[in-house]
Amino acid sequence: MADVSPRTDTSTDADTEDKNLRNALSQGMIASDGSDKSRDQKTLRRLAQNREAARKSRLRKKAYVQQLESSRMKLTQLEQELQRARQQGIFISSSGDQAQSMGGNGALAFDVEYARWLEEHNRRVNELRGAVNSHAGDGELRIIVDGILAHYDDIFRIKGDAAKADVFHILSGMWKTPAERCFLWLGGFRSSELLKLLINQLEPLTEQQLMSINNLQQSSQQAEDALSQGMEALQQSLAETLAASLGPSTSTGNVANYMGQMAMAMGKLGTLEGFIRQADNLRQQTLQRMHSILTTRQSARALLAINDYFSRLRALSSLWLARPRE
Amino acid sequence: MDRIRELASKKAAVIFTKSSCCMCYSTKQLFYELGASPAVHELDKEARGREMELALRGLGCNPSVPAVFIGGVFVGSTTDVISLHVDGSLKQMLIDAKAIWF
Repeated sequence: MADVSPRTDTSTDADTEDKNLRNALSQGMIASDGSDKSRDQKTLRRLAQNREAARKSRLRKKAYVQQLESSRMKLTQLEQELQRARQQGIFISSSGDQAQSMGGNGALAFDVEYARWLEEHNRRVNELRGAVNSHAGDGELRIIVDGILAHYDDIFRIKGDAAKADVFHILSGMWKTPAERCFLWLGGFRSSELLKLLINQLEPLTEQQLMSINNLQQSSQQAEDALSQGMEALQQSLAETLAASLGPSTSTGNVANYMGQMAMAMGKLGTLEGFIRQADNLRQQTLQRMHSILTTRQSARALLAINDYFSRLRALSSLWLARPRE
Repeated sequence: MDRIRELASKKAAVIFTKSSCCMCYSTKQLFYELGASPAVHELDKEARGREMELALRGLGCNPSVPAVFIGGVFVGSTTDVISLHVDGSLKQMLIDAKAIWF
């Protein structure tokens, strides 16, 4: 008798048992007289149920194995794609690895991090706006303000890591919108400019506060100028180094000279990261100092004003990019 | 270290630099901007420059240059100087050491 159910390698005992029983029955080896009839029927029914259960089990197992095999193929495919993408410098975070920022995986990685930071920053600022508008108490405001300042620390840290991996990307400002890039200074905003715009927004200020804010603005300006001059000196030095490597490149002496000058130039490029770090340090210190001079409520207004200003710059960028052209 | 201390005590504001270091240049500029005239010692031009650099590292100066001393006291490198300037301490330190008057 042909068994139509699909066979796998592991047929169950119920199968064999039931085959033997059927053979035994057909060969008349088991008596089927009245007294054993109901027992036989029960047995038969049980065996039939077993058979059915076994068949279903085999089917399920087969389906499961097929599923596993296709998943395995898909996994291999995905791993290959991942490898290819990683090689192209596209950022993909490893599983369970949310704290890590960049790991030297390129400019795109930082852009993604920054976008995420900005989204969170805007969310926090909106929360602050809501609190200010609903006349929340100082305690609540302080919590939100402190949160925003701590969150600023995050982006400075992320930028620091990104500058180590790709200083030119940070310097380029390509991760900011066009209008923001217009005002870019050493990979970010100018604290002194920010303070200038805030002085008008923050009235009323006490005499002491006004003096402190003005001093802060001046200090910030002086530090910015010093760093800018250092950058100019770096450019000058780099140009001189490259110019010194010019000249007829025939003799071995000149080749050695070329290599030496290139090595020196490489060293100078390496110091760029330090300038970005100092510029970010200046921004961070200025924000902290500003916060310490102002009351909680004033700090809140300051943060809202800063956010409004940059939002306008970003909106301007969008308008600019969408402008009709000939 | 002795050489460092010796030079650091000779003037109200002293900066140890290297001639090729542009961050040192920035730090010097800041001092000039504040009206201070710091004594500048370039380690690559000093006979015991290497030793002096190690001594500065030993003081915790990272990077080793620029290394700033005010009134003979070690202040730090660029990060420290900028942080102190932002909160107004740098100017006060210079005034106290009589490197500037206002």
